[in-house]
Amino acid sequence: MKNFNKPVYLAAGAYTISLGTGRNEFHPKKPRPGLDYYIQEAGKAVLSQINSPENIDEGVIANFMAARFNRQGNLASLMTTIHPSLVHKPMIRVEGACASGGLGIATGVKNILSGLADVVLVVGVEVQNTVKAIYGADILAGAGYYAGERKEGHTYFFPAKFSDRAGAYFEKYGKDITRQAMAHWYANAVENARLNPLAQEYHNTCKDLVSQGMTQPDAKTFTEHLNIFDCSKVSDGAAAILVCSEEGYKKLGLNSDAVCEIIGLGQVMANLISSPADLTELDASRKAANDARDMANVGIGDIGVFEVHDCFTISGLLSIEALGIVGQGKAPELVINGETKLTGKYPVNTGGGLVGYGHPTGASGVRMAVDLWKQMTGKAEKFQVDLKKEHGMLISMGGNDKSLVSVIVKK
Amino acid sequence: MDLNTRLQNVAVIGAAGKMGSGISLLLAQELGFASLENRSRTFILNLVDISDLALQGLIRYIKEQSVKTAEKQINRLRELYKDRVDLVENGEIINEFVHEVLVHIRTGKTLDLAKDSLLVFEAVFEKEELKFEVYNKLASLCPKETYFLTNTSSIPIKVITDACGIDGRVIGYHFYNPPAVQKLVELITPDTCDEELKVLSLEIAKKLGKKIVPANDIAGFIGNGHFMRDGLHAISEVKRLSKEHGYPQAIYMVDKVSRDYLLRPMGIFQLIDYVGIDVFQLILKVMNKYLTKQGLHSDLIDKYMEQGVKGGQTSSGAQKDGFLKYEKGKPVGVYNPETKEYVPVDDIFIKAVDEKLGLHPNPSLSWKNLLKDPEKDSKTQNYFTSLKEMDTLGAELARRYYNASKETSEKLVKSGVANKPEDVNSVLTLGFFHLYGPINDYLK
Repeated sequence: MKNFNKPVYLAAGAYTISLGTGRNEFHPKKPRPGLDYYIQEAGKAVLSQINSPENIDEGVIANFMAARFNRQGNLASLMTTIHPSLVHKPMIRVEGACASGGLGIATGVKNILSGLADVVLVVGVEVQNTVKAIYGADILAGAGYYAGERKEGHTYFFPAKFSDRAGAYFEKYGKDITRQAMAHWYANAVENARLNPLAQEYHNTCKDLVSQGMTQPDAKTFTEHLNIFDCSKVSDGAAAILVCSEEGYKKLGLNSDAVCEIIGLGQVMANLISSPADLTELDASRKAANDARDMANVGIGDIGVFEVHDCFTISGLLSIEALGIVGQGKAPELVINGETKLTGKYPVNTGGGLVGYGHPTGASGVRMAVDLWKQMTGKAEKFQVDLKKEHGMLISMGGNDKSLVSVIVKK
Repeated sequence: MDLNTRLQNVAVIGAAGKMGSGISLLLAQELGFASLENRSRTFILNLVDISDLALQGLIRYIKEQSVKTAEKQINRLRELYKDRVDLVENGEIINEFVHEVLVHIRTGKTLDLAKDSLLVFEAVFEKEELKFEVYNKLASLCPKETYFLTNTSSIPIKVITDACGIDGRVIGYHFYNPPAVQKLVELITPDTCDEELKVLSLEIAKKLGKKIVPANDIAGFIGNGHFMRDGLHAISEVKRLSKEHGYPQAIYMVDKVSRDYLLRPMGIFQLIDYVGIDVFQLILKVMNKYLTKQGLHSDLIDKYMEQGVKGGQTSSGAQKDGFLKYEKGKPVGVYNPETKEYVPVDDIFIKAVDEKLGLHPNPSLSWKNLLKDPEKDSKTQNYFTSLKEMDTLGAELARRYYNASKETSEKLVKSGVANKPEDVNSVLTLGFFHLYGPINDYLK
């Protein structure tokens, strides 16, 4: 990827509650809002931060599987319901499984760089509680190579894929320390979520999270190496943010304190059909992260806050290695030592991440960008990190390390 | 003849009733799995009942419940369907299994449907004459090899075999309500029972995931032997307490004590309503006929029946009013046979009763929150230790109730209904879902 031809910024981010088990207001048998509600809620929260919706030039909507979860296609058109001024403006829907949100941000950036737009509204959305988890597993399995893998795959397709990764990692780097680090990852995610009123685990009151995270996995009912606390949530939610040129954000009435600059972008697709070469590594993630860092021309030591795709606790550990925060096999120690906490050297997933905030799949990449933007602009409230470095980094992953977007932002 | 051969043609008589529908569900699912595991065989489940509407409801029930079963057993099903390339998703596999369960079912309103069945589960109403009629017809319709498993909960098996000329071919196979959930089957083996049937009964229990507790062929067996006397104790307590507190409060008190103070899932009057006052009366009648001079009779129960207050459930499973009136499954009134009206259980009523009963020994303990507590046993023991020393009306009633239940249970062993105390305890914990068996030393 070539370098940007002009500066690009993130502004006016927002996201909804991540609704699902864990939230007090969630009841599986009570009616719940649908896609349009979430799209509008997140979109309007963005509009409330700018002078006029008229200044939005284009829209991008990121979503993974509304066609199956909600029997709804044509989402770009649904996006116009956020505000009448969006009607008849260019909109597009992007999909890359759980990296859809990351692709939404990347698409927004390219729209700005094309010169055709100064302000792009990027929304990510997923409403998944329409089906029980056992059927949701079928739908989410679409992030894998469906024709070649689903039939032979596990009931819970993706949890099993990452359980296999955990098993391989245990074997290579030690089970006890890794298992403990996974529990600490869960504990840290929930602790951060308790500081974020929109997080699915905000109401979590468990006193001993590490012990809970150490719950023995049950291969009979779930997977061999992952328990349910190792998993991100089944969530309904949306996130939205503006991608702008300098002219764009000024036109919105925002000043430079309210925005952060995107200085690096990595966008990588791996072969969906081939199996991972090494289960203990996320090599496509590593490539995307390297690309983003090369473009930004920053080292890991220049980055003060991270957002990684912890669809499972083990993915969290593998991601921080892929990002280059630590070498291979070293993530467990880092996590157990508390270095990924808000007060640690490498604060990760400060608003709870996928395990703590929730994982409305198509929205997650956008939600990550919003959390980075919050940290960069000092708007993260209770989970605000005392930033020691002026950069932030995210990695949005789709499937089993197949679709990747990495973004580096600067204060 | 092996079990799989017999399973190729099974019948349930009284299939759409409360117990029959649960038994039908278990068998339908079992045949669903059996047909996947033995693809060369054909399996048939004949469901006989007198009402078309009830049979249609039964099919719906089996369908809904089979979806849930398939969801729970999805790993097993994915394995069983691994050769079916057209079935990829959990959802597709679950749907296919539900079809598999339903295709084996034939429904009908006459016993002719069961004429080729080699295994017959009978769950008709608990009336001797009805059972005799059914078995007399089945004896002439079915092959000589057919075995009958009767879900009677009170009628001695020997009485049925003697009356119907099917000696050796009937065994008491008493499921607990709801049969799809409760793990217990009380097995009553008459002296003359065929060896093959004895063996088969155990195999079936294993297949259906049930635990067998043997009981001897004495009316009421263990389950109703305890339940009827438990209910009669409650009624006698109500009579005693009514003098001072009035009838409605006495009913509410005893119900509350039997639930909250004895840490049981339901109060005794709610349980009688759940079973049905009509069924309670029928069982008492049967037991009183064979166990004379034991006072197995209640004028009060007869009075409720005369007034048409019967309890039981609607076809959709909602609780009908009986001793208590229910809203959303919770008691909100107490029936008074004198006025033939329900006295509302409102805050004032509850407060008045609670003040008389005094403080509960440990309000944080209940059946529900102890059920899955790993320290259930020690907490229950500690609870009863504190109950022992309390000087409140509630504690006194609880001790009397506890002692009556324990005495009843010990008599069941002494009189030869149960072989050993553990069997009585198993029936109460597995069949009635109690936290503890009644024969214990908690109050010693």
